[in-house]
Amino acid sequence: MEKSTFVFLVLLLTSAAFYWGRKRAFAIAGGSIRKLHSLPSYYGYYAALWCGVPTLLLLFLWLCFENSIITHLVISGLPNELSSESPERLNLLINDIRNVAHNSAAGDVDPAIRKAADQYLWLEQISNLLLTGFGICIALAGATFAHHRITREHRARNQVEKAVTIFLIGCATLAIFTTIGIVLSVLFESIRFFQKVPVTEFLFGLHWSPQMAIRPDQVGSSGAFGTVPLITGTLLISAVAMVVAVPIGLLSAIYLSEYADTRFRSVAKPLLEILAGIPTVVYGFFAALIVAPFVRDLGSSLGLEVSSESALAAGLVMGIMIIPFVSSLSDDFINAVPQSLRDGAYALGATQSETIRQVIIPAALPGIVGGILLAVSRAIGETMIVVMAAGLSANLTANPLQAVTTVTTQIVTLLVGDQEFDSPKTLAAFALGLVLFSMTLALNIIALHIVRKYREQYE
Amino acid sequence: MKIREKTSSEVAFNRDYGKTVGEITSLKPRIECRNVNVYYGEKLAIQNVSLDVGCNEVIALIGPSGCGKSTFIRCLNRMNDTIIGCRVTGDIIMDGKNIYDNGVDVVPLRAQVGMVFQKPNPFPKSIFENVAYGPRIHGLVASKAELEEVVETSLRRAGLWDEVKDYLHQPGTSLSGGQQQRLCIARTIAVNPEVILMDEPCSALDPIATAKIEQLIDELRVHYTIAIVTHSMQQAARVSQRTAYFHLGRLIEVGETAQIFTNPRHQLTEDYITGRFG
Amino acid sequence: MNSLDSALSPPRTVDAVLASLPKRRRAEQRFRAYGLTSIVLGLCFLAILFGSIITKGYPAFRYTTIGLDINFDPQIVDPEGTRNPSIMAAADYDALLKASLSALFPDVKERTQKRALYGLLSSSASDTLRSVVLNKPDIIGKTERIWLPADDAIDMLAKGQFDSSTVESEGRLKSQLTWIEKLEADGRIKKAFNSTFFTKGDSREPESAGIWGAVVGSSFTLLVTLVLSLPIGIAAAIYLEEFAPQNRWTDFIEVNINNLAAVPSIVFGLLGLAIFINFFNLPRSSPLVGGLVLALMTLPVIIIAGRSALKSVPPSVREAALGVGASSMQTVFHHVLPLATPGMLTGAIIGMARALGESAPLLMIGMVAFIVDVPTSINQPATVLPVQIFLWADSPERAFVERTSAAILVLMAFLILMNGTAVYLRRRYERRW
Repeated sequence: MEKSTFVFLVLLLTSAAFYWGRKRAFAIAGGSIRKLHSLPSYYGYYAALWCGVPTLLLLFLWLCFENSIITHLVISGLPNELSSESPERLNLLINDIRNVAHNSAAGDVDPAIRKAADQYLWLEQISNLLLTGFGICIALAGATFAHHRITREHRARNQVEKAVTIFLIGCATLAIFTTIGIVLSVLFESIRFFQKVPVTEFLFGLHWSPQMAIRPDQVGSSGAFGTVPLITGTLLISAVAMVVAVPIGLLSAIYLSEYADTRFRSVAKPLLEILAGIPTVVYGFFAALIVAPFVRDLGSSLGLEVSSESALAAGLVMGIMIIPFVSSLSDDFINAVPQSLRDGAYALGATQSETIRQVIIPAALPGIVGGILLAVSRAIGETMIVVMAAGLSANLTANPLQAVTTVTTQIVTLLVGDQEFDSPKTLAAFALGLVLFSMTLALNIIALHIVRKYREQYE
Repeated sequence: MKIREKTSSEVAFNRDYGKTVGEITSLKPRIECRNVNVYYGEKLAIQNVSLDVGCNEVIALIGPSGCGKSTFIRCLNRMNDTIIGCRVTGDIIMDGKNIYDNGVDVVPLRAQVGMVFQKPNPFPKSIFENVAYGPRIHGLVASKAELEEVVETSLRRAGLWDEVKDYLHQPGTSLSGGQQQRLCIARTIAVNPEVILMDEPCSALDPIATAKIEQLIDELRVHYTIAIVTHSMQQAARVSQRTAYFHLGRLIEVGETAQIFTNPRHQLTEDYITGRFG
Repeated sequence: MNSLDSALSPPRTVDAVLASLPKRRRAEQRFRAYGLTSIVLGLCFLAILFGSIITKGYPAFRYTTIGLDINFDPQIVDPEGTRNPSIMAAADYDALLKASLSALFPDVKERTQKRALYGLLSSSASDTLRSVVLNKPDIIGKTERIWLPADDAIDMLAKGQFDSSTVESEGRLKSQLTWIEKLEADGRIKKAFNSTFFTKGDSREPESAGIWGAVVGSSFTLLVTLVLSLPIGIAAAIYLEEFAPQNRWTDFIEVNINNLAAVPSIVFGLLGLAIFINFFNLPRSSPLVGGLVLALMTLPVIIIAGRSALKSVPPSVREAALGVGASSMQTVFHHVLPLATPGMLTGAIIGMARALGESAPLLMIGMVAFIVDVPTSINQPATVLPVQIFLWADSPERAFVERTSAAILVLMAFLILMNGTAVYLRRRYERRW
């Protein structure tokens, strides 16, 4: 039996338990449901919860452990010369066995593997049968238990509501688990990476060339893992993006919120916001196909040497992407400045631009700075534009006309394609992920703090 | 032509309260308002108000909430321009020119007619910068020394100098409510306007701060013309020479303050000052 | 007092103000112009982006076909006359194509020239013939004009995408160009609606590459995302807005959510790779894992939108329900939630639209593999539209440029549809309390 069928069965049993519980409630009420503590359907929900929740928990546990147990059993069933392989080889072997088992691949397969695959399939069937058996037992037991508990005084509604509250809390804490998951997944692999490459080299090394030799005797076998050029590259492109996005975004927000009439605003604002809805891969394509050649040609017509993967092109397009982000945040913050401050300035005889530049912007400055920090964090973490339009060679330069590479680009190049999971190359991607996560986390927390304080100030 | 249903406010207007009682003109008028109507969109907020504001006098505008006294005072330096959908008709004459004429620049107008608001609204800058802002944008001072002098004079006139002279570079928002309001007054007089409009300047303040501001208003009368909107009849009686009573967007009665409070001529005025409504 | 007065009184303020006024008015005009320029610049970027992608992409919706008179020779298609589909499917249809082309251009004798001649047609042309025969076996033995897809280079040529100077330099294309001209003169060149593009999966050959596989992959992925993130997001929003006590714990959850909303998407990809694939052994490249990752990414968006929708329901509604004796849970689920639903749905649609356009985290979990088959379940390897765009954008063939642009147009159409729905919902159900 498949897992999906099992889930369907559980749902069926649960709804049956609901009707059973409700029927019981009607029965004990003896025709007048006012004698019950809760509405009859709450008794139904109560029974359904007792039936469904333990069964689904069982399924969850099963899903967590089934795979490793079956794998373990299959490995122990393998002939000795296979099961004593190194962990990496063993991993590949298990993959082969799974493939053979599930795709019933024709052709010449090692008989040992074929046998293991058969055993694998058999174990899977056993496991599913066991799960179904246990599951049905638990479901029935739960439903019966609940059925017996139902009395007139039973506080079914309170208990159902308590269960719902627990579910709600669980959903809310998922955000924390996601953060923990992110931290753990990048941290563990990073620690493994730092066992192979020293942290100091990683953080302060000036060379980045993660090409490890496949054979130890190959020339230039030692890769270099210094992230300084990646970080400067990231910052260079982000800086270009900010130079584009901040003035344009801020000035358009000012124009839209202070000068534009309602009609212009109602047209221009949504149009600008379209820029925020365009997928980054589209920007990447635009950057690589149109902007980068344009920048290069423009540069060469001015007698400048411009790389075809220049930081300028990628940064420019990234800036365009961030314009609506800056502008809508600034718009919010400008609108949050109380009218009384504007009135104060106007009453002194300040012109509109004087009011904006000398009163509104300074008053909104904390918010705007927070918004810009969030935009910087976005630029640093932006992936597709730089993957498609920035270079791969890690140059340590501050010249935006040259090609630079970024942290995100390197993560993608290191992880896309076939790789072994344990090589320093792959692990380096996670270490870069840790760097990226820490940088953006710091920026986000500072920015969110500033923004929050700012909002409180005018509430 | 489409015939529009009369809104309830218009119906109220059409009830006949009669013409304004009392002398609307002043011997030395600084601002003359004739037949002023103010619309918020379709809604008529002020109807047919005529009133002079005389030189070096304090005129108090009183009346129940929503009677249009704030709206009226905001017409005098065109602060109503910042409200979308607000329209003003009639004449408001200053120096022989209608301030609502096309081509009148609001910037010099507002430099001449300053305003203090209900809630103290210091800019999020230092005390010094708050006061220096007006002279700076208008180019009234040539040097830093001159600017410092203007700031000191203004703060002295606002009665704030002794309290803040050692904290000039603290943010203006760090002051207490009463101090903030006096800072706003100092900020207004730093531009050296001819008229100061005050829109319930004490409504957010405690009695002690209120007393200080009232004293200040009395002193400022020497140099400036002041129009003050107030909710408090005692305040109007204490600080003003003339009082105007507004009711539902109309000017009901104007007169010497003493006369209005001791011997009102219109029934509505009497009802109001004796506390039948308000 | 007197000295102070002299500092303030003369000269009159108005005169000083009037003197400085022209300069200030000019500054005002300049500042206004800066603002307007910025908006115009932003809109120009938008126009250039859309303009270039539309002009590059729309030709891909039509494809050049060549009409050839094919003699369905029984000797080749079905030598024994059994009409057995498996025999007919295995026949050498290339021979039919070659025979037809040779008949049209009898003077092409030399080997390389012949190869160039056969190269006019797409390698999928024989598949077209095969399906013609399988659908209509009576055609065997007859000669009929069949419209066959041209090679991608020829398609480009017919659309005028190669300028003549490069054609001159390449001998093969030069002779092909003369043949094309002859075919065109004979009325054998026709541009047809490119249905392949909408019905097929990926391919190495631009002319047989389509987006259907990616569209199906995207749908599966989004389905998983929606099923997970919508209920969880709404539940979290309800808890945080309606039930959570104000304490450090809920503060911490809030900080987490706000931060997650700003974490780079690629980091979520790393999470997916490390946890879902390497730890839980879920199938790589599958919409299941993709959907999980995107669900985690979309959650903060849905929670934040959900909370603001709940916040906009006035407290009086809650008080009314509590006042008649409903429990707080009943109040929320019977009264507050229904009123907040449009706002929540709007947020969910916007979150889904973002998930649809997302590609970076999916690269991490292997959805970037070259997958020809259209996936049929959430466990099979698949790719999604944005990743397909990324893959095609990397391909060297000229013909992929227009396909990339066309795929972008399709993706943008979906996004506009979704965002349009969200805007419509907001307008239709927006309530002012």
